[in-house]
Amino acid sequence: MSLSSSELFRSAELTRLLAGEIRQAVTRPWNIMEICGGQTHAILQYGLDQLLPPEITLIHGPGCPVCVTSLEAIENALQIAHLPEVIFTSFGDMLRVPGAKANLFSARAEGADVRVVYSPLDAVKLARENPQKQVVFFAIGFETTVPSIAASVLHAERNQITNFSILPANVLVPPAMHAILQSPDNRVNAFLAAGHVCAVMGYWEYEAIAARYRAPIVVTGFEPVDLLRGILMTVRQLESGRFVVENAYSRAVTREGNLAAQEMIKQVFEPVDRQWRGIGIIPLSGLGLRPRYADFNALQRFPLTRQSPMESPLCIAGQVLRGNATPHDCPAFGRECTPASPLGAPMVSSEGACSAYYRYQRVKA
Amino acid sequence: MCLGIPGKIIRLYDLDGTAMANVDFGGVQQEVCVAAVPGVQLGQYVIVHAGFALNMLSEEEAQETMRLLKEIAEFNQAEEKGESAI
Amino acid sequence: MTEHTYPNLQGPVCPLPLQPGPQIVIGHGSGGGMTHDLIVNVFQKYLGNAILNAGNDSARLNGGLAAPPGFQLVISTDAHVVFPLFFPGGDIGRLSVCGTVNDVAMLGAEPRYLTASFILEEGFSIGELESVLASMREACAEAGVSIIAADTKVTEKGKSDKLFISTTGIGWAPNDRAVSGNQAQPGDAVLISGPLGNHGIAVLQARGNLGFQSDVQSDTAPLNHLTQGLCAAFPDVHVLRDPTRGGLATTLVEIAAQSGVTIQLDEKEIPIDTPVRSACDLLGLDPLYLANEGKVIVILPEETAEAALQYMRGQKYGEVARRIGTVVSRSSGQLLLRTALGTTRILDMLAGEMLPRIC
Repeated sequence: MSLSSSELFRSAELTRLLAGEIRQAVTRPWNIMEICGGQTHAILQYGLDQLLPPEITLIHGPGCPVCVTSLEAIENALQIAHLPEVIFTSFGDMLRVPGAKANLFSARAEGADVRVVYSPLDAVKLARENPQKQVVFFAIGFETTVPSIAASVLHAERNQITNFSILPANVLVPPAMHAILQSPDNRVNAFLAAGHVCAVMGYWEYEAIAARYRAPIVVTGFEPVDLLRGILMTVRQLESGRFVVENAYSRAVTREGNLAAQEMIKQVFEPVDRQWRGIGIIPLSGLGLRPRYADFNALQRFPLTRQSPMESPLCIAGQVLRGNATPHDCPAFGRECTPASPLGAPMVSSEGACSAYYRYQRVKA
Repeated sequence: MCLGIPGKIIRLYDLDGTAMANVDFGGVQQEVCVAAVPGVQLGQYVIVHAGFALNMLSEEEAQETMRLLKEIAEFNQAEEKGESAI
Repeated sequence: MTEHTYPNLQGPVCPLPLQPGPQIVIGHGSGGGMTHDLIVNVFQKYLGNAILNAGNDSARLNGGLAAPPGFQLVISTDAHVVFPLFFPGGDIGRLSVCGTVNDVAMLGAEPRYLTASFILEEGFSIGELESVLASMREACAEAGVSIIAADTKVTEKGKSDKLFISTTGIGWAPNDRAVSGNQAQPGDAVLISGPLGNHGIAVLQARGNLGFQSDVQSDTAPLNHLTQGLCAAFPDVHVLRDPTRGGLATTLVEIAAQSGVTIQLDEKEIPIDTPVRSACDLLGLDPLYLANEGKVIVILPEETAEAALQYMRGQKYGEVARRIGTVVSRSSGQLLLRTALGTTRILDMLAGEMLPRIC
């Protein structure tokens, strides 16, 4: 199936062609937001913004789960990681995210058993192999990641692996879109919807959002051709005054999404209010374990003290994540706050807006 | 949240009640959970994220996308040659 | 060696010779009979040569260490703490010999002698130690160097990690060979001897916690014959450096800063094997930042670039050499990448450890 191969969708010729089409289509300034760290990363890695006409402003939204995981969740993670009986497992992205003072990397240096896993199922495997330890998995990520976490909980339940638990911190995209579009200082005209979130959830949920806020939403993939096609379709809608949901990633996404994956999610999780770092609480924007799976909640399994951690006063991550400021607007950007010594989460993750700007766009600063 | 790449199913098996597959990504293989794509066949392509198959990839849709893009390319070439729009 | 059946008495206080077991024990580091046995029966078995076997604490070389007339001494030291010790395509032994041989070679010098010191953890398998030493012997033979002084110490279990090796390399370079990181000039061509990222991926795979399999092998290799031949045939080579930790990008950022130039790379020309690229796509890693242990960056004037490439392609470890960029201008030091799409971005040094990502 060579046509599904990434190479075709990285074609320089097709990319340039689409860039030309976008230039021809645009007549006015437009702000388009993507809420997907993977898309932010790809845009900046390939320099796609350099191919776009100046009228198009790409705003990098709160699409990196690493960036939006609340300070409180990180502090809880650190507390749990320091417990002597715990093996704390996490995706690699989370290790350098700063809590109030420390991060999981420094916790490891202090003797906490913190391990990077590639998949939540690897954490369950660790639990099985270390019956005398408690294995905790840091459950971050958007809907793309939730099915794998649900699968790991189901797998643990099925095999009576009782020394496995998760620290629930997953977040959902549609409530974030609502929150951004509802905000009085909103500048976003249209969204690129995250392709892999939609591969799982479908895109029917976005139809009400597009209609209510009169904002085009185009489901977009991650290769250069996919991204520019998504942007072209968005621009054409904006220019013609349409505001519907379109699918520019049809090889992986259908309107209903993956029903089997959605079933797994529904079985294990239910929507809860969740705190987004830098933004605040967005109602029903997170996922918590259903009562039947409450045993798998690390927050209930371990004795934790409540924290009220404070962010660095210099960090304007919240404004950056909502698209109301660019990293260049931040006085600490590139000075007190760099990838080597980040003050806030968007500088840590390689597709946090600040880190991406630092690595790919410093020439404009 | 979105790092997912296409891979080809080369072996299907069960691991303690969970459906798994060995997936090939251009010379690299990985054990992937396929619980969310029941009925997936050997040789089919899936999008894999964090060791988990999110969805199957549609060959027809991929071809359709390419066809649409080719149309744009041809239309462009026609325009450049000064032919009138269809 | 007489067989005794004493109980398992270990530690520095017991003077009795012990039955040799399969693992390193604290007594091996005591400096007494056990250490002697380890040196003679294990270390010298693999690394032995006239100088090392003389049994002195230090080496006296006939003719001395002084460089011959017209040459200067080049010296380099390095420590190796790689985990795991064994990975596809190599091990810590091969890595330590090649790493130090290459460090000396990158200054345009011919490496001649190595010293090696070994820190062993109590409990480490002697069988594994022997494999590592055999590997070092093989690498030394290929590179044409000998280990002339060695040392071994043992730590308590938990105070080190199986095996650490520290090596120092000594070589000679002609006085007029000015190969150095600060010599890159605007207009120079930037060449690479082969594909990137293989060592980094092989080691990640061997660690096992990222759950992928492939045939990717580490490229660990001694490059001194390649570099010596290149420098002899092309006296105007300006910079040689092997892109080890931090990868191609970090190494070129360092060179750009040292030389005060802007280097521009052409992404389309950078060779990366397909399985390495796939592994990077899968894990969210950037191949330009992965370690290489058998590749050399060559920066030299534009006029001789093509001939140098032809030369390299006829040599072992240079068969698929490519031109990947140009030194474009004087500056405070910058590395740019022109992507396959024709856009440009800045490449920085690697900040901290590169972690697999899900975003």
